Amino acid sequence: MALLSLQSVSKSFGALKVTDDVSFDLQPGEALGIIGPNGAGKSTLFNLITGNLRPDSGQILLDGRDVSADSVMARCAAGIGRSFQIPQPFGHLSVYENLLVAARFGGGLAAAEAPGFCMDILRRTGLAGVADSPAGGLPLLSRKRLELARAMATRPRVLLLDEIAGGLTDAECVELVATIRAIHAEGTAIVWIEHVLHALNSVVGRLIVLNFGRLLMVGDVKTVMNSAEVREIYLGAEV
Amino acid sequence: MFSLDTIVQGLLLGGLYALFAAGLSLVFGIMRLVNLAHGDLIVLGAYLILGLGTVTGMNPFVAALIAMPLMFGLGWLLQTRLLNRVLGEDILPPLLVTFGLSVVIQNGLLAAFTADSRKLAAGPVESASVAIGPVHMGVMPVLTLATAVAVILGLNLLFYRTALGRAFRATSDDAVTAQLMGIRPQRIFAMATGIALVVAAIAALYLGTRANFDPSIGPARLLYAFEAVIIGGLGSLWGTLAGGVVIGLAQTMGAAVNPEWQILAGHVAFVLILMVRPRGLFPRAID
Repeated sequence: MALLSLQSVSKSFGALKVTDDVSFDLQPGEALGIIGPNGAGKSTLFNLITGNLRPDSGQILLDGRDVSADSVMARCAAGIGRSFQIPQPFGHLSVYENLLVAARFGGGLAAAEAPGFCMDILRRTGLAGVADSPAGGLPLLSRKRLELARAMATRPRVLLLDEIAGGLTDAECVELVATIRAIHAEGTAIVWIEHVLHALNSVVGRLIVLNFGRLLMVGDVKTVMNSAEVREIYLGAEV
Repeated sequence: MFSLDTIVQGLLLGGLYALFAAGLSLVFGIMRLVNLAHGDLIVLGAYLILGLGTVTGMNPFVAALIAMPLMFGLGWLLQTRLLNRVLGEDILPPLLVTFGLSVVIQNGLLAAFTADSRKLAAGPVESASVAIGPVHMGVMPVLTLATAVAVILGLNLLFYRTALGRAFRATSDDAVTAQLMGIRPQRIFAMATGIALVVAAIAALYLGTRANFDPSIGPARLLYAFEAVIIGGLGSLWGTLAGGVVIGLAQTMGAAVNPEWQILAGHVAFVLILMVRPRGLFPRAID
């Protein structure tokens, strides 16, 4: 059974159809990439999965159970974790406290377990050195890492990453990709929206292409990247 | 110019104003809700303690211990049934609702208890005093300030040392992202208002034992509380204590010069401090 399944999900803002009859399955432990031009409805798709937006029609299934009507908090507790494209740390809390909040509430960890669990994630994401710094004052790379670390602290089974490699230097990007690959290797399923294709394609096995809210293509990385249609629409290349 | 005695009395009075203000500061800090009924809720707490004492004959201190969980429950219900429905991007609806609540509480108390002045009788402790050097201090005012310090200390520990406190601060920073971390903002807000009303019950005990009260005095307590919060700097609980002390000192010093100037002196001190430090004495470091 698919871990996460979208079935004919649609969402409109007024006359604009931002998600148009999108269906796909995510298998347990799979890493799936989502690409598409700006405005294709990629982040909206994440908002629908996390519950920040409700679909107008269609179903979102987690472990085969329809969660379309569940609250954001319930879906977090059920195992959906998310990082934002624009980092949204709790600025007045320390980096460590940002993770503690996620681990105690979303992750459901007891007071005794949470500190060790969070410190472990901080070490793995390279944030141990700034654990006690206020999250509001971090530079971009650390903010991106914190997004990832905090999402991990909610103990997700599906990790939604929204353009986490965007804006980083090549060296920073390589480091982050190594961390994400390690998380994936431990069995966490990942859905990753990304424009930095070399980073994305080094982790994911399959790609989904969105255009104007519609699912244009699903397939393994090589097939999708070589498709003439995708090259034209997404990469803007003349064929 | 001012005797040591005057300054000490002002300091101690500041404890009472800090107690008025602590609950207001807490609720504003977490959910940006300006509760215009806060003063009336304190007065309601005083009547609750009075009622419990009248029915059972118990001492106001014991009655206050019973009133505290009752006030917590009231705060929880108030937040979940009423205030959570109006909290949102626009700050006007909750402001109007708490204003309406203030009117409702005042008139409800008037109907139930009449406009007569009441007082909580705490017994011999009311007139007891201790002498430290040349200064004689009433036991009750000393207890008031000590309680205010303990309450602020307790709230700070709650805020910075517990999972609930971190959830308070996370929700205050970003309620939408907090939900993605599994936090239920509406429940967090209900806890906050519950705790604010527990503090209001403590404030009510000292309000009612210090002087007479009647259903109409809430708004004036709200004003002192506001001034204490603003003087201290929004979001700082220790600042709120300092703000309360500033108002208390100013009022006592004003009264020492001319008894008619007591209230005025407090407001003048408020305006003067805002002119020098528009963001209060201890504004939050990062905003």
